[in-house]
Amino acid sequence: MDSRFVRDVMLTAEPPPLRQRGFPVWIRHNLFASTTDSLVTLVCILALAYVVPTLLNWLFIQAAWTGSDRSFCATAVQGGIQPDDWSGACWAFVRAKFSQFIFGRYPIDQRWRPMLVGILLILLVLPFLTPYAPRKNLNALLLFIALPVVSFFLLYGGFGLPVVETERWGGLMVTLILSFVGITVSLPLGILLALGRRSRLPVIRLFSTTFIEVLRGVPLITVLFMASVMLPLFLPDGMDIDKLLRAIVGVSIFASAYMAEVIRGGLQAIPKGQSEGADSLGLTYWKKMYLIILPQAIKLVVPGIVNTFIGMFKDSSLISIIGMFDLLGIVRFNFSDPSWATPVTPVSGLLFAGFVFWIFCFGMSRYSGFLERHLDTGHRR
Amino acid sequence: MSVSHSASRLLHNPKVRNTAVQALVVVLFLVVAYEVTSNLITNLRRANIHSGFDFLSARAGFEIDKPLIDYNGNSTYGRALVVGLLNTILVAVAGIILSTIVGFMVGVGRLSRNWLLAKICTVYVETFRNLPPLLVIFFLYIGILQFLPQPRQSVRLPLGVYLNNRGITFPRPIFEDGFGIVLIAVCVAVLASFLAARWARARQAATGKQFHTVWTSVGFLVAVPLLAFLGTGRPIAFDYPTLGTFNLKGGAVIGPEFIALLLALSLYTASYIAEIVRSGILGVPQGQTEASKAMGLSPSATMRLVVLPQAFRIIIPPLTSQYLNLTKNSSLAIAIGYSDLVAVGGTILNQTGQAVEVITIWMATYLCLSLATSAFMNWFNSKMALVER
Repeated sequence: MDSRFVRDVMLTAEPPPLRQRGFPVWIRHNLFASTTDSLVTLVCILALAYVVPTLLNWLFIQAAWTGSDRSFCATAVQGGIQPDDWSGACWAFVRAKFSQFIFGRYPIDQRWRPMLVGILLILLVLPFLTPYAPRKNLNALLLFIALPVVSFFLLYGGFGLPVVETERWGGLMVTLILSFVGITVSLPLGILLALGRRSRLPVIRLFSTTFIEVLRGVPLITVLFMASVMLPLFLPDGMDIDKLLRAIVGVSIFASAYMAEVIRGGLQAIPKGQSEGADSLGLTYWKKMYLIILPQAIKLVVPGIVNTFIGMFKDSSLISIIGMFDLLGIVRFNFSDPSWATPVTPVSGLLFAGFVFWIFCFGMSRYSGFLERHLDTGHRR
Repeated sequence: MSVSHSASRLLHNPKVRNTAVQALVVVLFLVVAYEVTSNLITNLRRANIHSGFDFLSARAGFEIDKPLIDYNGNSTYGRALVVGLLNTILVAVAGIILSTIVGFMVGVGRLSRNWLLAKICTVYVETFRNLPPLLVIFFLYIGILQFLPQPRQSVRLPLGVYLNNRGITFPRPIFEDGFGIVLIAVCVAVLASFLAARWARARQAATGKQFHTVWTSVGFLVAVPLLAFLGTGRPIAFDYPTLGTFNLKGGAVIGPEFIALLLALSLYTASYIAEIVRSGILGVPQGQTEASKAMGLSPSATMRLVVLPQAFRIIIPPLTSQYLNLTKNSSLAIAIGYSDLVAVGGTILNQTGQAVEVITIWMATYLCLSLATSAFMNWFNSKMALVER
């Protein structure tokens, strides 16, 4: 009698028993695991059941989608056509003012110019952000050197194009210009400041540290006031710097101080051996930094860099306080338009501005997450 | 030949080069500083502005809504700035407390096993983190002004509190004689619970016996002041607001500007604090929880004694910078007319034209506030830090 048994055919795996899978089980595990859990879930459901329909109703169902003036967004008492207990978003206002929200008071017949700049920007930014797109160096050159020059002449004028003063620029356009210049300037400036703060030369170190710490210790609004009120006092008579340019300078140097601290964090994380290895190969200081240290350091702090960019994009809205019309500024400026002034207009305008800001910031943070995973070469210790 | 050779050696001598570079930077700095200062002096002379801080003792001539200390239009610019500074500190401290509470709740909520709660907290964080704080401030301010009722139709809340678009009106406490004794009783209770905690810790270290410190402290803090309060014959009265024909009479009011600013700063900063708390808790290795369970600690003791103290080490440094950000963001008050340091300074700047002085005062004050906050948090951090050999 042979009692040996060797299995030569593997059984296929059985699905989990019915009582352990499926939607009801998921609900029991994730929503009603304990008494407290069930209570929390019930409270959440009740809150959502109240908030979500109210919001949807206000934002979409009751909202005035079309209309040519304030009467479409006002109740009869307020001089409009809506019933007395009406309250809803006034998207007609946003639709009517949409091009102003994007271009500010840029002359209407010249608006093809910022549009062209926008198209060029998209055409250059998309391949730059796509990791596998070829010719990164040429792309960067076009994006950060050629595009700003071309854009300046397109937007401001010259070469036969009529001049459009920067006072007439506004809306999302100014927000994007400010952020783009700020990003382009603050990264290299921040790297220089971070290197200066870690320099062996005491004078350089002192200057960099003071600059960084002072700017990080004060609110942006005081820096902007300094740029708009104090800077003209520092310049010789007759020399005047454009208002928008002053704001750009203020935002850029403010962001570069924060950027410097992010980069310094990366520099500190690079082992000393890397620097010593570069020295022993006979590399100069700048070659050592450019070829060995910075590529590793910057890769480590990509999330921090993007967070600084997001912060700067959000902070650009502060220039509306010193009397310039970025997206938030132009939206607020239009609240006082008598042909659209209703109780619901301001909230609708702010919701639109908030939506635009949110899309950009959320997109940037998602891209940063993607880049982080893409750059992760598994060298983490 | 030899001259150029030695010159080239000099040029490549690291010591010489370093000194030369630094000297160049100093000279450049001095030249720019001289140029700026001389331009400044010329420009100020032409605009007929006397530089210096003398203007601080001049009459201000503008009113500030609801000042925390005595102030009217006849007070000096210096006093106006102090009123502004106090308002800044008030909103910053209140904001720090509120944002910490909300932030910790949302951060822990995101880690909850309850799917719905975790998702709601995620939506909250992602919404507020991606909006400019200025927009949130405007949104809440306009929301309060537009959607809360007129004073005539004030919403009545319990305890004599009224809510309308002029703010929150609540009963104003009036302290009578003998309230000092109640305050002394509070101090005594605090001291007693502190001593009890110290005694309990010493006993636990010596004998291993545990003691209900929390409940003892609560008992002290409630009972002693309450006894003093009743013993001195309830030395406190309230000035209740009453609904008049057009407005509320009496009571104390918190204005809509303060409420909007406080809520906006707190909700915005809380979204960052939530992320910091979440990453701090996730940063404590799983092995710590497992080991503490293996030692037989209850889940709440695991959280309190093992996870949180270690999470705090990760949380505190970024939390400090969020507190600093909140303090600095409180300067956005100028946009909705809450009289903080920047708003008051802006008015003074417009009236007197003393731009350099006002901006210097702003920057110096915020630098001091930042340094004070980070000094405190560094002290707290070093108390919590890992004690190694």
